[in-house]
Amino acid sequence: MRVEIITPETVLFQGEAEYVFLPGSSGGLGILNNHAPLISSLKKGNVRVKDAQGKELTFEVLGGTVEVLNNQVMVLAE
Amino acid sequence: MANLKEIRMRIVSVNSTMQITSAMKMVSAAKLRRAQDAITKMRPYAQKLQEILSNVSSSESNSTFSQQRDVKSTLVVAITSNRGLCGGFNNNVIKEIRNIVKTNPNVHVLSLGKKAFDNYKKTTMHTFEGFGDTPYDIFDKLTFSNVSAIANTIMDQFASGKYDKVILVYNRFKNAAVQIIENEQFLPVLPPVNSEVQSNVDYIYEPEKTQILEELIPRTLKVQLFKALLDSNAAEHGARMTSMHKATDNAGEMVKELKLTYNKARQASITGEILEIVAGAEALNG
Repeated sequence: MRVEIITPETVLFQGEAEYVFLPGSSGGLGILNNHAPLISSLKKGNVRVKDAQGKELTFEVLGGTVEVLNNQVMVLAE
Repeated sequence: MANLKEIRMRIVSVNSTMQITSAMKMVSAAKLRRAQDAITKMRPYAQKLQEILSNVSSSESNSTFSQQRDVKSTLVVAITSNRGLCGGFNNNVIKEIRNIVKTNPNVHVLSLGKKAFDNYKKTTMHTFEGFGDTPYDIFDKLTFSNVSAIANTIMDQFASGKYDKVILVYNRFKNAAVQIIENEQFLPVLPPVNSEVQSNVDYIYEPEKTQILEELIPRTLKVQLFKALLDSNAAEHGARMTSMHKATDNAGEMVKELKLTYNKARQASITGEILEIVAGAEALNG
């Protein structure tokens, strides 16, 4: 699935990933391939992305929103 | 005819002015490129946010920020530049605000940028609560977190009922030569136009739709203010670039004219000297 993490100032991450972990405001969200469409808000925490090579990347966010649709994960971070 | 030395001095001084204006033009061009980059970078974010918002807000929204109240007091956020020498850029904002004052009751002005601040600090309209004593260094550190702090304060003041309407006045960047003065309602939030992008996907909402919406609206407001500031920043550099370009051209023309007068004066004085010598020689021979 394709993951994009963007902030108003820059694009933090853009590319294929196997797994994303998000700090959802009502609990952590782990998203794998073929996840159902979802819109959720995020709280302060770390976004962890396991990219196609199996490398894990961590991004700190203060909050934000995530949309999952057709294997596209769009994280609007702050 | 003017003294030769005087003309020479003028030429030197116009030349050095020309050097300054052309250097300023170059600096502005470089800064403009950076400012434009910042706008391009935030565009996908703003777009996506709008999309999500219109998906979520299909249901009726009645958040604090979309409340329409009787307008008893208005806050105008004036976005200008910190520095001058950019044509009518700042004056246009001030003129627009003068119109707003006529049509809205009890207007207060929050100045972002030194020029507006200088203009309003002595008037009764001036307000700067909750922003400390560094009112205009926002353009030195134009980051999203700084802008959201300002947006938060404005939203708090709206929510507490201090102001019933908030308007942004700024220059929108169209291209390097053209700035469009914008007068945009910031609060209360106008209902989103969700006719085109409304998708029919059955999303899972986590938490509730209304809760997400409550978080989304402040964020879109922050993005809106951030966008206005970035736009104004780019427009400022565009305006300065154009006006400095014109100044350089004018200085060039002036130097050309001065050189012509200088050479004419020089020729005239040489002719005068020759006449004197010839006349002297004639007198000796005669």
